Amino acid sequence: MSNSTPIADTGKNWIGQPVDRVDGALKVTGQAVYAYEHRTDGPVAYGYILGAGIARGRVSAIDTAQAEAMPGVLRVMTYKNAPTQPAFGPAVTPAVREVFTRPRPVLSTDRVRYYDEPVALVVAETFEAARGAARVIAIDYEDERGAYDLSRHLADAYAPQRTNAGFQTDSLVGDFEAAFADSAVKVDTIYTTPYEHHNPMEPHATLAAWSGDEVTIYTSAQTLANFRAGIANTLQIPPDKVHLVSRFIGGGFGSKLIVHADTILAALAARDLQRPVKIALTRQQMFANAGHRAKMIQSVRLSANREGKLTGIAHDVCSATSRFEEFCEQTAVFARSLYAAPNRITRHRLVSVDTNRGEWMRSPGEAPGMLAFECAMDELADQIGIDPIQLRIRNEPEVDPERNVPFSTRNLVACMQEGARRFGWEQRQAKPGTVRQGRKLIGLGMAAAIRPNYLGASAARISIDGNGQVKVQLDMTDIGTGTYTILAQIAATSLGLPPSAIDVQLGDSHFPRTAGSGGSWGAASAGSAVHNACEALKQKIAKVSQEVRGSPFYGSNPDRTEFTNGEIRIGDRSENLANLINRVAPQGLDAQGAVEAAGENYRNYSQHAYGAHFVEIEVDLDTAEMRVSRMLSVIGAGRILNPKTARSQIIGGMVWGIGAALMEESVLDPRYGHFVNHDLAEYHVPVNADVPDLDVVFLEESDGNANVFGSKGIGELGVCGAGAAVANAIFNATGVRVREFPVTLDKVLPGLPVQTSSGANRS
Amino acid sequence: MKPFTYQRAGELRDAMAGVAGTPNAKFISGGTNLLDLMKLEIERPAHLIDINHLPFNGIEETAEGGLRIGAQVRNSTLAADSRIRSNYPVLAQALLAGASAQIRNKASTGGNLLQRTRCYYFYDRNMPCNKRKPGSGCAALHGFNRMHAVLGSSDACIAVHPSDMAVAMLVLDASVETMDTEGVTRQIPVGDLHRLPGSTPDVETQLKLGEMITAVILPPGQPGRQLYRKVRDRASYAFALVSVAAIVHVAGDTIAGARFALGGVAAKPWRVPEAEAILLGEKVSTEMFERAADIALANAVGRGGNDFKIPLAKRTIQQALAAASQRG
Repeated sequence: MSNSTPIADTGKNWIGQPVDRVDGALKVTGQAVYAYEHRTDGPVAYGYILGAGIARGRVSAIDTAQAEAMPGVLRVMTYKNAPTQPAFGPAVTPAVREVFTRPRPVLSTDRVRYYDEPVALVVAETFEAARGAARVIAIDYEDERGAYDLSRHLADAYAPQRTNAGFQTDSLVGDFEAAFADSAVKVDTIYTTPYEHHNPMEPHATLAAWSGDEVTIYTSAQTLANFRAGIANTLQIPPDKVHLVSRFIGGGFGSKLIVHADTILAALAARDLQRPVKIALTRQQMFANAGHRAKMIQSVRLSANREGKLTGIAHDVCSATSRFEEFCEQTAVFARSLYAAPNRITRHRLVSVDTNRGEWMRSPGEAPGMLAFECAMDELADQIGIDPIQLRIRNEPEVDPERNVPFSTRNLVACMQEGARRFGWEQRQAKPGTVRQGRKLIGLGMAAAIRPNYLGASAARISIDGNGQVKVQLDMTDIGTGTYTILAQIAATSLGLPPSAIDVQLGDSHFPRTAGSGGSWGAASAGSAVHNACEALKQKIAKVSQEVRGSPFYGSNPDRTEFTNGEIRIGDRSENLANLINRVAPQGLDAQGAVEAAGENYRNYSQHAYGAHFVEIEVDLDTAEMRVSRMLSVIGAGRILNPKTARSQIIGGMVWGIGAALMEESVLDPRYGHFVNHDLAEYHVPVNADVPDLDVVFLEESDGNANVFGSKGIGELGVCGAGAAVANAIFNATGVRVREFPVTLDKVLPGLPVQTSSGANRS
Repeated sequence: MKPFTYQRAGELRDAMAGVAGTPNAKFISGGTNLLDLMKLEIERPAHLIDINHLPFNGIEETAEGGLRIGAQVRNSTLAADSRIRSNYPVLAQALLAGASAQIRNKASTGGNLLQRTRCYYFYDRNMPCNKRKPGSGCAALHGFNRMHAVLGSSDACIAVHPSDMAVAMLVLDASVETMDTEGVTRQIPVGDLHRLPGSTPDVETQLKLGEMITAVILPPGQPGRQLYRKVRDRASYAFALVSVAAIVHVAGDTIAGARFALGGVAAKPWRVPEAEAILLGEKVSTEMFERAADIALANAVGRGGNDFKIPLAKRTIQQALAAASQRG
């Protein structure tokens, strides 16, 4: 099937409808079963991981005798007795993709590479017994001096071969340095963005159960195919001996793209004990063992003429990376496409530190990069004295400024203008610190959003049984985004049935392989596969209808087939679909559909989704407490498949932006190499009271070059630039520009005026 | 988790017998802090005595015209009590500024006072901590100490007490009523309940082994406007960076009474009577509030990451006193 078949306007088009989540009732009634909650035949055993108390060195002695003797303990596994696993290998995999599938051995050597790296696993009859026994394992370390603080090791920065997702490390266009040196108007600024952690509600958790030489793994994974390969490569068994089940996922945000210690250790221990084993990371363990966004120092330099026309853009990013496994977030890559300027530099550099590897955290690249860059744009607007929206409009490119290919669709200007109109942007006072209500300073800020659009190779299977029941199966996951729902909408639209008639089954590696959830490509990729499978099934149904004697359509012309309102119509005749299948194919029919990874359309067009964020903030004049009072995001992201779930995605991203701007930071103690505030009491994410009034507007748009639906990815777009809009509002409110994220009150306080008159309290 | 035995005490004497007769026994009430600490094996009691069912869950008027709050009264119950809301609004506000609705439903009055610090290093058993492991050192002193104390700390410990409720009780001149294992009762002013760290930060209160808080006594309500101002990193569900409980009574155009206490700045709720005293008889003015704040913070010492708490506390005191001196 071609992936360019347009969606027919026949029958009910469920695509674009605000359909309620089809899995909503299961979730709110507790019937959705998550990884750790699965039950198996036979009694399960519980594992508890003991982490290292140092960040770099080796285990010089480990005594497990007392732990092994404790009641209920079944096995204590350390590097001394863990099954042989392949070596971890080089810091960079030869191919980009292999990062997802490489072996990830656990407890395989005496080396400690990062704080809280697993050094022992205790398996016991109960979780409490396992944890209690882990406490009494005696370990001696040879502690080595490690490097932890990015800023103290900048002299060791190096240029990686590529960034995440295979982008070029550097881009150079024109002669930036010359343009910058000659410019009368320039911004030369350095921002830092902190370590951050994903913290999905559901921790990383696995239940592993062996049957002969095959293991079934219930886990919380975003991409089953990658997990399967990673497990098979670590356990050194064929991939077809690994059966993965991941039907419900309590959030991923990129932290569940590769296997972690819970999965590998559960599989090893379950094989060892010949008994199902379940292991979950504790919330505290997730800070060291489930990925993070690395700390970065970002230099942004802009040169412009007095009208605000950019003559040069330079975005230089230096990021911390794990010494044993490189991860270069593509932090400056978006800047290659966002604004026009004849002279340009984007560069990525890395400093090796002794932490665990960084991972893909929602909006890798744009999330930290736009915090810096979109604030620097605000600095430029303030310096020149023009409106931040005008500044961006003046630098709107006609084609992608570095690739010189046309944009497939780009509605950034429309997003900004529509947002300005709806938000009351004209009320913004250009001079900061001038709007006051009682003891609050009020400010407005905005920033742009951009996020690339992708399509990943995916396949799906669809079947209709003799009673007309439709089942769609693929190894796609729903990480809370609404995948179950939109796939039902897509199949329903294609087959002319209501979404409730479609049984969408996801999260099982026995189903056809998809690109999974990641990079905002899930809906387009899995959706295209389902669409194509439906089209293939319809062709089969039509063919059988004409070929089977006794069919009302026997001998009719297949070119005029429509599926609508639960009926199949060929020519002037129509028939209830279920009745027809019962007559012509009582054994049922099935079909497969697939979509290739984006090819020509991706090379020939610059494909991105866009948006504009608007924020109103209140800053306490005395204490510098900052609270967002209103926020609006206007989104141009192609056709919206389900405005209800899409709105939730964007709002979630906006909340991430508020968190990144105001509070999220994992503090790495450079003496010990550990994340100090490693729990949700002290790693702050916004609570409901921090996000009072959020609104999302989607512009009418369809991108015919993106996929069959004309849609674009939206899972990450809401984060991009959102935090910068918050920080820009803080500047507008106070005149204080904080360049070290997050913008906490201690950084704003010194810039606030002294308290002068108690009379002000009565205002 | 270390195995432990559990006993539900139906009567006070059972609880006292349990705590007297078992080594390393601990009372458990709401458990909102103790259970977290037990999971992390920072608290490792051998025996837990559940005191939730002891008859200390009433709020009664005292002969003096104050209130006697049973130690088992839940934070949410106390905050919703009409007498508290009308006569001690600073206490209701402080309670509602703490934790979350779910935690307040579980947490008890006595347990709130005895909750332990939230110092990150105290919570990580791999880290030196004189409070958790005497003599091991203080990782916070030269570490990440943004949340830590600027008043009354020592080089052995710079942890803060996280309670909001206790700050309000201090400004209200409340006392705790206790009973020891011999059945002897005593009253301790809230301001004297917690000890400053000195060289023994592991000893956090004046309570003897097995001594139980049975009630908190509030004296009669005072004239003046009361408020609790909590400054924190997010709008809810965060511990105070700095908090101020204030009561100001303005008569005519002069201050007839003023008292204020600070939270988030020390190992105990903090009050400086000399700072309050200078306000008496003065006219309401920013200058007077600034002087009071300066006196209250005269001995404040920053440790690096928490230096900002000193100007923040000063500004918050001024704001709170100004707001509490408004009419109407």
